[in-house]
Amino acid sequence: MASDPGARMAVELIDIHKEYGPLKANQGISICFAPGYIHGILGENGAGKSTLMKVLAGFTPKTRGLIRIDGSNTEYQTPAEVSRLGIGMLYQEPVDFPVLSVLENFMIGQTRGFWLNRMATQKRFESLCLHLEFSLPPETPVQKLTTGERQQLEIIRLLSLGANVLILDEPTTGISSFQKETLFQALKALAKEGKTLILVSHKLEDIERLCDRVSVLRKGRVTGEMERPFDTETLLKMMFGSVPSPLKPSQTAAGAPLLNMENVSATGDRAGLRGCSVVIREKEVVALAGLEGSGQGVFLRLAAGLKVPTSGAIRLQGEPMAGKDCIAYQNKGVTFLPTSRLEEGLITGLTISEHFALKASHGFRVRWNDAEQQAQARIEQFRIKGKPGMPVESLSGGNQQRLLLSFLPDAPSLLLLEKPTRGLDLESTLWVWEHLYHYREKKTAIVFSSSELEEILMVADRILVFFNGGVIRDIKTAQTDVHDLGRAIAGKA
Amino acid sequence: MIWAGPSPGRPDDQASESKSMIQRHWKAFGLSLAGVLGFTTAILVLAGAPPLEAYYHLLKGSLGSLNKTGAVLTAWIPLTLCAVGLLYTFRIGLWNIGVEGQMIMGAIFATAVLRWGVESRVPLLYLAAAFPAAALGGGLWAIGAGILKTKGEVHEIFAGLGLNFVAQGILLYLIFGPWKRPGVASMSGTEVFPTDLRLSFLPGLRFSPAGLILAVIALLLTAWMFRHSRFGLVLKAAGSNPIATLLFGERPNRYMLLAMLLAGGFAGIAGCVQVSGVYHRLIPSISSNYGYLALLVVMLSNYNVFVVPVVAFFFTCLNVGSIQLPMMLRIDSSLAGVIQGAWVLVALAAIAWHRRKVRPEKEH
Amino acid sequence: MSGLEWILLLSGVVSGATPILLATLGETLTEKAGFVNLSLDGTVLLSAMVAFMVAFETQNAILGFLAACLVGALVAAVVVLFSLWLGQSQVAVGFVLTLTTRDLAYFLGNPYTRLHGPQFSTFPIPFLSDIPVLGPIFFHHNWMVYAGLALIGFCWAYIYRTPMGLRLRAVGESPKASFARGDNPAKLQWVYALAGGVLVGAAGAAFSLCVKPGWGRPQGAEGTGWIALALVIFGGWHPVRAAAGAYLFSLLQVLGIYFQGWIPSVPAQVFQVAPFPLMILTLLIIAYARKTATQEAARRRLWMKSFLDFFSGTAPSALGKPYRLESF
Repeated sequence: MASDPGARMAVELIDIHKEYGPLKANQGISICFAPGYIHGILGENGAGKSTLMKVLAGFTPKTRGLIRIDGSNTEYQTPAEVSRLGIGMLYQEPVDFPVLSVLENFMIGQTRGFWLNRMATQKRFESLCLHLEFSLPPETPVQKLTTGERQQLEIIRLLSLGANVLILDEPTTGISSFQKETLFQALKALAKEGKTLILVSHKLEDIERLCDRVSVLRKGRVTGEMERPFDTETLLKMMFGSVPSPLKPSQTAAGAPLLNMENVSATGDRAGLRGCSVVIREKEVVALAGLEGSGQGVFLRLAAGLKVPTSGAIRLQGEPMAGKDCIAYQNKGVTFLPTSRLEEGLITGLTISEHFALKASHGFRVRWNDAEQQAQARIEQFRIKGKPGMPVESLSGGNQQRLLLSFLPDAPSLLLLEKPTRGLDLESTLWVWEHLYHYREKKTAIVFSSSELEEILMVADRILVFFNGGVIRDIKTAQTDVHDLGRAIAGKA
Repeated sequence: MIWAGPSPGRPDDQASESKSMIQRHWKAFGLSLAGVLGFTTAILVLAGAPPLEAYYHLLKGSLGSLNKTGAVLTAWIPLTLCAVGLLYTFRIGLWNIGVEGQMIMGAIFATAVLRWGVESRVPLLYLAAAFPAAALGGGLWAIGAGILKTKGEVHEIFAGLGLNFVAQGILLYLIFGPWKRPGVASMSGTEVFPTDLRLSFLPGLRFSPAGLILAVIALLLTAWMFRHSRFGLVLKAAGSNPIATLLFGERPNRYMLLAMLLAGGFAGIAGCVQVSGVYHRLIPSISSNYGYLALLVVMLSNYNVFVVPVVAFFFTCLNVGSIQLPMMLRIDSSLAGVIQGAWVLVALAAIAWHRRKVRPEKEH
Repeated sequence: MSGLEWILLLSGVVSGATPILLATLGETLTEKAGFVNLSLDGTVLLSAMVAFMVAFETQNAILGFLAACLVGALVAAVVVLFSLWLGQSQVAVGFVLTLTTRDLAYFLGNPYTRLHGPQFSTFPIPFLSDIPVLGPIFFHHNWMVYAGLALIGFCWAYIYRTPMGLRLRAVGESPKASFARGDNPAKLQWVYALAGGVLVGAAGAAFSLCVKPGWGRPQGAEGTGWIALALVIFGGWHPVRAAAGAYLFSLLQVLGIYFQGWIPSVPAQVFQVAPFPLMILTLLIIAYARKTATQEAARRRLWMKSFLDFFSGTAPSALGKPYRLESF
């Protein structure tokens, strides 16, 4: 089915379910996207937005539900089929070919025949650029472009393929405000031409500025829809749920400075980290809030010595740490618990006992009995469902997380935890924090990242809000609430 | 990484190996043997040789007499030593293709020491010193590849392979240059060492018990290291997940170099056994391809230290048994290599098939 | 050395480079698609043997050539089968095959050693071969040499000037993005692994039917495959640069023979290892050139920048990593 440009297409999602094993990412989502409108999909991390869009774009098959295009039921298997139907998707991470040139990226997937017709393609490319007021150098390799320019290239490519429906997944992450302006102008122009535009975002500001209507997602369900004009308070409520936040005043006074970051910048994640200056003191519990990939991960890895800053200085207990590796940080009592358990935290193929053996002695011989006993003791203490001889990859996610927590040393100076309660139920979360709180008595500072605002407000003394690679808020928990935080996270500092 | 190859298969955990695992191994073993026999028979028919007779000669040529068995053991020693060394590098996920060169360097270092020992009054001292020298030579050569990998980001396959050819070049240069026999430089190698610089043979059996003891010690030591030492545990951890290992307080790069050093050391000792116990001189083909063959041995053993000596024994039986094939049946002795290679391929297929059945594809 | 000798020498370089050139181009094609076929060294030998065997039995060199191509493709197919279908490591399977095919070549080729069989004869191209200097160097060979020369241009044009070539580069860079644009990454890798295999097979035929006619043990083709694998990296996965590497290597080989004449005590084999330290050095420079600190330093020095740019070849990003849908 070929789509002719200028055709108006309506897309209807009816009762879409998507399950990854026991994980229910989408639970009965129904949304109707009309041509000529910019339709926002709003929700925090893990609300199911990206899954829904992957289903719509043909990257993942849905578990059940219906997709209706212009009133007729449609089934498809691959992204290519979807693009032939006239639906184009702009991914959060650019799905392109970094080494190839702009023009080559533009051509792949739409040129056939024997010789590459560069001239004709370049003409089409340039006219599309002109139309949307983009300026892209055709011969430059894509890896030398900024994220914003790569997006522009993708948009042009999708339009050239005849896309009438354009899905944009978090398009404003990691682009400059100037490029954002250009992008928004282009999107508005496209909507006026009758294209159906879907904007997926966590950012209230973007949604409010650009969209005509918005559907809010929370925990895999649609929690509300709204047309322009938007009411920020209502949207926030739909996004985060109405939480009676039990504000807990900071109990302990913070101690001496432990970790100093002075104007530190580093690459990594999507946004990297830019000009971050933060002091962490003893006994503090500091939460790193923000959208996924806004710089929290980079911050934690810098503090753990796993990453080297491109500029700026890090001091630990007053001592400059430039040129030292992760082990030197560990010797100063820094312990880092990454969130990707099997990628960074645990070692596939090794049993629980072997992990304890690795953690324990530094002698030449492994004391297997000791390791096994310790494993057994920690399994009971941390209520891990497993046996000492089981390889870690056979544990469930929650149990892997408990196992990681059980490795924490007795008296670290700085605990760095990346989403320590991810995938745990409320009871376990409380239990984990009860356990972690014991460390404060030992002057330990705890720095953790989390995507759960409730958790952050419940346990932290201080909150750093990350946005686009920078710390835009540094505030005591007592002086803030869910709505204030939600706003900051969405970039409305 | 410049050349992103996937890491080799992970060693199975010997500690938690249950009985059913062993049974499954035997099943896979039997199945692959059947597959190999089928393939080899087809090849033999293609070459116009009588398959049954060929198998008979292979068997008779390797285990038919005490003398032949001695020859099998003589070849088993260096092959096992090389394979044992490779267990360390595979354990940390390195493709140490450079064993061949490491063995050659070991042989060169050993020869250098033995040459000093000629006409010495304490030849035994030089003979004893040849072994650590060979281990040093092989180890240094391996460390070279290791540093290229960890510091220079050159993939260990190309580093190892390049160094293999360089070692071969040095070997030839020495044989035809500074170390040539008085007057004649030829492919037959350097001058033969006097008897007191050779490893002694058992009477009647043409193999040296010293080499055998060395190989057995290497096997036992490695088995113990993998089971009981922190070193073995860290190798396994770093091979599986370098970042997590770093977070557990160990530097993976350091262990990579250590593993290379050990692998090279064992290969070097194998080279020394070849010089002092088999050929009694340095010859161009001193490594006898055992380095490359050892890689096959370890793969077929599924990286298990207890299976390595068995597979190495089968492989040397094939090698030694095939020597008389050209005479008896007028077919080439490379049949051994064909069988060995086909066997590993079939085993790789069987392992993959088995993995598919056990772990059906997970979504997400 | 006189002018005539130089011309003879260079003519020898051009014809002697043909097998290695073909193998290098074949592997470049395969690796461009993100697939590694490590079995080259044995495959070249096996196809050389088959080429001679078939040519001898049929007394037809063309048939021998075709059989060799088929053998190359078959071996490549085994690697693909094990990798994409059974999920085994490409490196492991390739390595096993490189040893196995070599022994298979010696085993099956045993009855054909030191026989005189058909070979491709020299066919000077009319007019072109009469050009002074260039004529005898480039246009006084057999047709396989010409085919090799033509193939350099063809590969370049195919990879960089056709939509098919664009898709080939795309799949090697990012199978995921390639899939998103409607291609089937596994299918493309199949196609280019087989195509590369055909060229490797042709390299074998070029040995036993042209450069070192006949079959023996050793045949003289030993090590070629490894050198070709190294040359792919030397060439930065660019067919023209890789081809230049093949000629450079051939030159080294021929010069080695000359040098041997000067220093008779050093055997020719010693000179033949020269490309390998060179390869390691190249790899080191490539790794060094990628470091940000180096690039910073080079920004201020023009000579350094152009030097680094020459070595700036990057491997296809997805090289050696088979594409799985569930990796999304």
